[in-house]
Amino acid sequence: MTDVNVKSKQGPLLRVVKKSEISFGKTLALSLLALIAAIVAGGIFIFAIGQNPFKVYATIVQGAWRSKIAIKGTIKIAIPLLIAALGITPAFQMKFWNIGAEGQIIMGGIFATYFALFCYDLPHWLLLILMFVAGMVGGGLWGLIPAYFKTKFGTNETLFTLMLNYIALYIIKYLTEGPWRDPASSGFPKIASFEKNARLDQIFGIHAGWLIGLILVVVVFIYMKYSKQGYEISVVGESVNTARYAGMNVKKIVMRTMFISGAICGIAGMTQVSGAAYTLGEGVAGGVGFTAITVAWLSKLNPVIILIVAVLFSVLDKGCSVMQSTFGLSAAASGILQGIILFFILGFDFFTRYRFVFRKGRKA
Amino acid sequence: MIINFLFASIKAGTPLLFGTTGEIVTEKSGNLNLGVEGMMFMGAFMSFYTAYHTGNLWMALFAAFAIGIFAALIYAFLTVTLMANQNVCGLTLTIFGTGFAKFFGEAMINDAGGSPKLSDTLMAAFSEKKIPLLGDIPVLGKLFFSHNPLVYLAIIIAIICTIYMIKTRAGLNMRAVGENPAAADAAGINVTLVKYFHILLGGGICALGGAYLSLINGGGIWNNSSVVNGQGWISVALVIFASWNPAKAIFGSLIFGAFSVLQFYVPKNIIVIPNAFYVMLPFLITTLVLIVTSMRKSKEGSQPAGCGNNYFREER
Repeated sequence: MTDVNVKSKQGPLLRVVKKSEISFGKTLALSLLALIAAIVAGGIFIFAIGQNPFKVYATIVQGAWRSKIAIKGTIKIAIPLLIAALGITPAFQMKFWNIGAEGQIIMGGIFATYFALFCYDLPHWLLLILMFVAGMVGGGLWGLIPAYFKTKFGTNETLFTLMLNYIALYIIKYLTEGPWRDPASSGFPKIASFEKNARLDQIFGIHAGWLIGLILVVVVFIYMKYSKQGYEISVVGESVNTARYAGMNVKKIVMRTMFISGAICGIAGMTQVSGAAYTLGEGVAGGVGFTAITVAWLSKLNPVIILIVAVLFSVLDKGCSVMQSTFGLSAAASGILQGIILFFILGFDFFTRYRFVFRKGRKA
Repeated sequence: MIINFLFASIKAGTPLLFGTTGEIVTEKSGNLNLGVEGMMFMGAFMSFYTAYHTGNLWMALFAAFAIGIFAALIYAFLTVTLMANQNVCGLTLTIFGTGFAKFFGEAMINDAGGSPKLSDTLMAAFSEKKIPLLGDIPVLGKLFFSHNPLVYLAIIIAIICTIYMIKTRAGLNMRAVGENPAAADAAGINVTLVKYFHILLGGGICALGGAYLSLINGGGIWNNSSVVNGQGWISVALVIFASWNPAKAIFGSLIFGAFSVLQFYVPKNIIVIPNAFYVMLPFLITTLVLIVTSMRKSKEGSQPAGCGNNYFREER
């Protein structure tokens, strides 16, 4: 049994991909099972703190959808989460552990804010396009830095991207307290609110970020699945050596992919400053970059599933803030419940992989 | 003033020292746990809660240690037994731990009808004390012998961990597992057991850092939003700065602590540097250290080779 497994592990790449597609239905079934188990575990937690789990769950779900305003709020939470999770996808597919989405969102926001603050008299559409591109460039460059050092010196990308998050955060602090400080605000330093001209338009009452997010779902899906570059990313992710033997320029692929990954996260930053906050603050990313990593991983880097999971997480977030007013429980319960769900799905994932190996052994 | 500055640096660096020592122990056994922030949060809450209700400092520390072990157990089970992705599990632990502390912290505030405050006798138990005789030495007495007890605890733990890692067989086994689990396994070391033990131990030590933050830096009052506030991430940075060596982490934490209080001691009218720069400094320097060690390709000062990857026997 062991011998067979070892041999098939060394088999050609395509075979692995094919097998994983076969088990997709079972993967889905197991994921649902994991979700149910997580909900039960969360229910036990709610019960343990002396509440009725059914009532609390009902409040969370209803709370997120009870009114137009609530729905808008839920979608607003989902937008940056969705976009950032899509941004992480290509990097993680390449097994480049980009923990820096938070920083890339921030840099996207900073670059976009520059144009909002200093070029606000441009025509509306031109300005928004400039901000959009600036956001991409900002996030992309912030992703490119660790990629450069990784390919050049083998610098550990997990730790590098992690550090860059905080450097980006404190650049905002610097700008807020220094050069970009709003002279009109007395007391607490902040950056001025954007002119109306620099604000993202609303479509159906919610800023256009949701449309950008949905378009990105399709774009990332096609890019990863059907483009040559997407294929190269998967090959590098599976084995750098294979990619090299196949004549791929691994360094170029890594840098290009990280630029794209950062650029998409940068878009999330742009939509946040221009669509949601109308200004740049230290909370522009607010942990979204970290949550997005868990969302992307949970969705097995599938853009469509990312959309579903991002909405689910946002429902949980929004619902928990409603729960606070109804039951007097802290909205921080959202973090606990998210954690429990993630723990269960991460744990259950083992069984999908295990079965995968087992089946392969039998067929080979 | 320089003495005051150094004194404040030590005080600010101690929670980092706990977090860093814990994370070094974890990483040296081959697991990158990005849940330090979460474990610190949980430790901060549990210690405060216990101190608030029992009024006993040692019980509070024990509670923090225990909850840290519990949090690390979740992580260890997922990554070692179920082989889930270490980065994602760590981040999840941070989300969970932060939610845990804020949720129960708010419940505690509601129960107390306002910010809960520790009793004065308890505050006195871990206030700064001069060690008799030694504390009276000018300059040195203030710097080395008049801290709160947790400062000494952090340093002792760091020293013990260094000796353990370098001088004992168990420590050697642990480093072997961290560098090359397959080779360690072939040599007859129980990889799973070694990993579990050190992840749990590391988690407990990290949580003590949280206890320090809520009991001492918090001034005896529970503050839901700002209790840990990124110190866990700075600890992860400090691991790199200290090149995975707890003894170096003692000095590293002093330097990082100095960064965090530097802005209050630099004469503002002479040296004009934006405040943001001071808080950015630890991360900036860590990044430089990261780049330089990778450029020098030094094995000594870099992450254990097996760190970040799960060990699956049939895949070696």
